[in-house]
Amino acid sequence: MQSLLNVKKDFPVLENNQDLVYLDTGATALKPKVVIDKINEYYNEYGVNVNRGVYTLSYKATTEYEETRTMCAKFLNALEKEIVFTKGASNGLNMVALGFGMDYIEEGDEIISSELEHHSNILPWMEVAKKKKATLKYIPLDSTGRISVDAFKKVLTKKTKVLAITYVSNVMGYISPLEEIIKIAHENNVIVVVDAAQAVAHMKIDVKALDCDFLCFSAHKMMGPTGFGILYGKYKYLKKMSPVEYGGDMIDIVEKDSCIAKDAPYKFETGTPPVAEAIAFKEAIKYIEAIGYDKIKEHVDELTRYALTKLSKIPGIKIYNPTTEVGIITFNVIKAHPHDVATIFDEHHIALRAGHHCAQLITKWLECVGTLRACIYIYNDYSDIDKFVEALEEAVKYFEEW
Amino acid sequence: MPNNIADLYNQVINEHRKYPRNKGLIEGYKTLHLKNPSCGDDVTVQMKIENGVIVDVRHDGSGCVICCSSASVMSEVLKGKTVEEASQIIDDFYELIKGNMPKDEDRLEDAIVYLNIHNFPPRAKCATLAWRAAGALLVDDEGEDADE
Repeated sequence: MQSLLNVKKDFPVLENNQDLVYLDTGATALKPKVVIDKINEYYNEYGVNVNRGVYTLSYKATTEYEETRTMCAKFLNALEKEIVFTKGASNGLNMVALGFGMDYIEEGDEIISSELEHHSNILPWMEVAKKKKATLKYIPLDSTGRISVDAFKKVLTKKTKVLAITYVSNVMGYISPLEEIIKIAHENNVIVVVDAAQAVAHMKIDVKALDCDFLCFSAHKMMGPTGFGILYGKYKYLKKMSPVEYGGDMIDIVEKDSCIAKDAPYKFETGTPPVAEAIAFKEAIKYIEAIGYDKIKEHVDELTRYALTKLSKIPGIKIYNPTTEVGIITFNVIKAHPHDVATIFDEHHIALRAGHHCAQLITKWLECVGTLRACIYIYNDYSDIDKFVEALEEAVKYFEEW
Repeated sequence: MPNNIADLYNQVINEHRKYPRNKGLIEGYKTLHLKNPSCGDDVTVQMKIENGVIVDVRHDGSGCVICCSSASVMSEVLKGKTVEEASQIIDDFYELIKGNMPKDEDRLEDAIVYLNIHNFPPRAKCATLAWRAAGALLVDDEGEDADE
């Protein structure tokens, strides 16, 4: 056993639930105390609105708030004006499809996505395709359920206008070969929209190196607050993209029969935002960068290897993704429905997700009603994996004897 | 295994899982299809009501043990009851799921085996799905195909 990160103590939920084994990071990551403290700091010390008042406290709140944009730009290697604040990945992906795609896609065009996507990166494009009489196509997955460059080339045609693709699958834990796919997409004038919701907790994202046109993620999956997220877009596209919501704050000049919106990114940000969440997100970025993505990967890889070795010795279960790359293990007890097994895990205070994980297409591809998903992250340790494996062995035995 | 689990998957529930009663649909009956979208439980319930009496109950679908066994138990308990009796039993069942023992527990017959569900709050929606469909069929004369 190699030495792992020792960060459990940073997470109040784990302090307050001593026997909890948290394996549901794919749904949301736990928040370190620094993030929670920053939320409280805003409400306790300067809890006023942003971008409005000229008084000192409002200036303080606005400064803290806009610092998040600066920090996000640096975090992603983007420009500040390319960072749009959203309610989360789903919100951002919808903004791109409905605000950009709806204008950009024309009748007869083709949009490519994949069966590995979370619903949030398919359904908005399904809606665009329906309204604009375009076609939604899927990259055929290989026998392990992965997206390959060759498979993408097979569905790419002269009519392809947009590729909406996940960076990391929330069910299979595979990393898509995006650099090469994006290069080929751009050679064919295809706009690429990346869902980085799962990726951002596990890998450094450099939007310049990746060269994606849009990229969305939620703060809460990388230990930041819920209800807040980032949409990155190349500025030339953000300039063209229409807002989906209109109202206060996003507008420059309003006349009786016309209005002029602010420039991006502000034209996409109407209404009072989740100020505390936006401000506290800085602490999540600082926290994750202080640990370092290389250390996170080492920790997650080691525990995943440890878990998979133990799981491989349990008969009566099926692992759907033994080659997972980011600590997401998707499995079933062969003889039992995933929800029946989830209750047994719950009795052992092991939190993991059962069901289709908002990705029904991959569940269908796996030909099952649903799956169990254990997600390993920095606050897990060997003991968590031992308890998880022990509970799973009991579940198998229990349902075996039926 | 924690003791609670044995309380949840007791012998009667296991019996109905293995040998579901009144399973399979019949053409011409009043039909209602309900789902628990978050977990994929999917149940269709049918009833034949003549002169205010439920002469037949059928069910079909897929889901976890709690959901499927509960559909089977429901079909047995409600079959042969008047619409009025059935409505009262369904109300009693909802109370039971909340952890309240109904005044007349005999009336629930085998459905009493779900008395421990209130210790597993996330599973209440599994246990009640088929009963919600049955309740809706009793109040709705036409029957319809509606998803939650």
